[in-house]
Amino acid sequence: MTNHWIDIKNADVVVVMGGNAAENHPVGFSWVTEAMQHNNAKLVVVDPRFNRSAAVADYYANLRSGSDIAFFLGLIRYLIDTNQVNYDYVKTFTNASFIVREDYGYEDGLFTGYDPKTGSYDKESWFYELDDQGYAMVDESLEHPRCVWNLLKQHVDRYTIDKVVNITGTPKAQYEQVCQVIGATHANNKVATFLYALGWTQHTKGAQNIRSMAMVQLILGNMGMLGGGVNALRGHSNIQGITDMGLLCQNLPGYLKLPSDKDVDLQAHFEHHAPKPLRPGQTNYWQNYPKFFVSLMKSFWGEAATPENNFGYEWMPKWDMQYDVLRYFEMMKQGKVNGYIVQGFNVLSSLPNKAKINEALAKLKFLVVVDPLAVETATFWRNKKLFNEVDTANIMTEVFRLPTGCFAEEEGTIVNSGRWMQWHWKGANSPKEAKADGEIWAGILAELKRLYAEEGGALPEAVAALDWQYVNPANPTAEEVAKQLNGQDVATGRQLSSFGELKADGSTACGCWIYTGSWTEQGNMMARRDNADPSGKGITPGWSFAWPANRRILYNRASADVNGNPWDKDRTLMEWTDGKWTGIDVPDFNSKLDPQASAKTGFLMQPEGHARLFANRLMAEGPFPEHYEPMESPIGTNPMHPEVITNPAVRIFADDKAQLGDFEDFPYVGTSYHLTEHFNNWTTHSRLNAIAQPQHFIEMDEVLAKQKGIANGDWVKVSSKRNYIVTKALVTKRLQPYVVNGKTLHTIGIPLHANYEGLTREAYEINSLTPYVGDANTQTPEYKAFLVNIEKAEAI
Amino acid sequence: MNRRQFFKLCAGGVATSAIAGLGLMPTLAFAAPREFKLIRAKETRNNCCYCSVGCGLLMYSRGDVSKNVEPSLFHIEGDADHPVSRGALCPKGAGLLDFVNSPNRLQYPEYRAPGAATWQRISWQEAFTRIARLMKDDRDQNMIKTNAAGTPVNRWMTTGMLTASAQSNEAGFLTQKFARGLGLVAVDTQARI
Repeated sequence: MTNHWIDIKNADVVVVMGGNAAENHPVGFSWVTEAMQHNNAKLVVVDPRFNRSAAVADYYANLRSGSDIAFFLGLIRYLIDTNQVNYDYVKTFTNASFIVREDYGYEDGLFTGYDPKTGSYDKESWFYELDDQGYAMVDESLEHPRCVWNLLKQHVDRYTIDKVVNITGTPKAQYEQVCQVIGATHANNKVATFLYALGWTQHTKGAQNIRSMAMVQLILGNMGMLGGGVNALRGHSNIQGITDMGLLCQNLPGYLKLPSDKDVDLQAHFEHHAPKPLRPGQTNYWQNYPKFFVSLMKSFWGEAATPENNFGYEWMPKWDMQYDVLRYFEMMKQGKVNGYIVQGFNVLSSLPNKAKINEALAKLKFLVVVDPLAVETATFWRNKKLFNEVDTANIMTEVFRLPTGCFAEEEGTIVNSGRWMQWHWKGANSPKEAKADGEIWAGILAELKRLYAEEGGALPEAVAALDWQYVNPANPTAEEVAKQLNGQDVATGRQLSSFGELKADGSTACGCWIYTGSWTEQGNMMARRDNADPSGKGITPGWSFAWPANRRILYNRASADVNGNPWDKDRTLMEWTDGKWTGIDVPDFNSKLDPQASAKTGFLMQPEGHARLFANRLMAEGPFPEHYEPMESPIGTNPMHPEVITNPAVRIFADDKAQLGDFEDFPYVGTSYHLTEHFNNWTTHSRLNAIAQPQHFIEMDEVLAKQKGIANGDWVKVSSKRNYIVTKALVTKRLQPYVVNGKTLHTIGIPLHANYEGLTREAYEINSLTPYVGDANTQTPEYKAFLVNIEKAEAI
Repeated sequence: MNRRQFFKLCAGGVATSAIAGLGLMPTLAFAAPREFKLIRAKETRNNCCYCSVGCGLLMYSRGDVSKNVEPSLFHIEGDADHPVSRGALCPKGAGLLDFVNSPNRLQYPEYRAPGAATWQRISWQEAFTRIARLMKDDRDQNMIKTNAAGTPVNRWMTTGMLTASAQSNEAGFLTQKFARGLGLVAVDTQARI
């Protein structure tokens, strides 16, 4: 979230799309109802199903799963056509006025630079025209034909309302009404917020779904505002913190990058990641990258990181391609992986195409499962009739199952969606012999360090150098590590108070630069519990610590115009008065700069200082979003460009491509979601939740049910090209047929919570059905739009 | 007196005086009321482990911190002081106690031999020794020290790691150091899916 949970109460319009907050984040959703009751806010819900959020909405529009980008490009066209654009904001804070290179272009579903052989783009032309000093050229009048604004207008011009609703299946009147309600927030004193979740990410164009919405927020002037922003309602309790910790294949903590083969040495790594400014007078915050990186290396390698050895840079592994979990299981299936450690992740029940996951795990020499619960992954080798039919005796994988404690049995920090780092305390001991995760790594590492010291081996110096100098190396405490994450002055051990103090010379050590300030000489800022809200706007500066710098609303320079006057007096975040900045939040800009200078660098992490309507070279499938069908399209064509049906930059492995289904065999759109009683399959192990929601089911509309002779509560077989499940049918009015491109479509809604080792009734796991293909940028699998068939079945 | 007892007393006080005011004061009662069940409990503050709203929790355990007394949780409720959740919990959070005390919690390290159909219990030291041996042998055999261009790359691709997004930051940082320090590149978490 650029904003935070309480801030939702400041919105005039709340849009829930690509998520179902009332069902999945019910307590956070109380701030939506608060906005409706106390701020006269309107709730708009757009979803393929009339869900629990829709049930309390002022306006509901349905759309076919996988058509969100068309919905948004039509909305952008509507905003421009009806002059509902906040032009002052757009000119000041976005790259609308930037001129794009002459060789950039778009035609019939493809941007310039596409190579059909590799299925990827050469993105060279997706960039600004530069002057001789290397600065981007701009035309503040927005008249230049190749300025971003005019290219955007041209790009969205094809998305007329009729074309949009032909793709999305939304009734035209509903679509127009939603456009109107959202469009009204272009006014300076009206703000909309968007709340989304996996309903947007789990598509082959998930990242572009979110970009489309972010572009709308910029055009309406809703970024950096109280009650506005781009607000991902994240899943797991610490998925934000673990993303901050960089536990993704190409990341390091604090959004630093794991070096790649192109970063041949430390200097090259810095050149690739500390950008040069693209406009004069930029803060260009990532220019500080070397300070953050060297401080991280000091926290990794301790005393062994010296200027002479480039702070241990060469001990870090370099990547040559993205080893995301989908690619890695493909490699595993091909027999290229020997060992795998799975921590708190029931991978057998969650990655797409369960049969493939089973096959891959069986090729491992060893599997280490570290978990508090008896999850299916650890027993992938056990034959379980109907649900896991495998040949146990022929699975030669050695498996370790190691018990861990849980949240209640440890202390430490988790980070909520609003970036609040909240410290928690230990209330009980772990059961029997269970150990904390860090204690388990420490135990294995101690053995490895001993073996390498005794026997030598490959790169023994890195294993020896890896810093583990905790008071008790066998069990590092959360306090020690939290202090390390904050950062220290190496010579004195003083806790740093701001990331401005970090140095690139090895004199500071810091595990995660964005966390600096969370444990200072004043103590543990994350444990603070003053819930006072002096401004009345939901900013509680004394409760926990919000990264970065205890800032609650990101990009808050954009809450005021070029002269530093708030767009809306009632939403004053930052204000220029009597020659200085004042406000209720920590400024997200250099507050020594005057309003005009700071406005030029209002989005300070960007080398051009402006938010990007045109994404340059950052996205895999284009600098603007474009509508592509899901990999399994229910209409088998793309009404915008029949030659380019699906995302042209998608990566799909040959065996998975062969397992994509056709709409003639599998005519219905399958989409997965969660129920409020359960959290994935985790809560199936909790008796109260298992009692509340014991039986897996699918949802289907009444028209299709009648056609198929299926009654409410009947057993049904739902099949995809991958496999099938047998479950119960819930026939409901919440789902309705759509007419898309002249064809009537039906949606099969598939709740995710189904497994056989929990306390709920044994059920087929639904990842048996889903396709093994991910978003072209993030490789997040397409769980929200795939093809299935359905028929009546015998009871199981 | 803690906050809860204070509220309880106030609420009781109001009710009693109202009844007395109406002339309905009972003459005498000998049966003692059931003791408030949290009265001897230790209260610990935490946050819900499921979604990322981060609702505040009050967890209650028995055990008086004296030697050899194991505290065990017997009640979890919302923390009314928490500015986001204001004391509320959803149906998932309301069942937290049953996750902590689930019969499916793992208790001991276990091992499944190749081809075997059952687990066998092992000690932690056996687990650490065997896992470290398997990892070292694989790392020594498959560590890629330089690429074709001669650049040091030091990547170990034949072992990978999938990490938890419900672990704390502090555990997560140790996980990161462990993984990259050994040269792993195939490291991912639930944020990927």
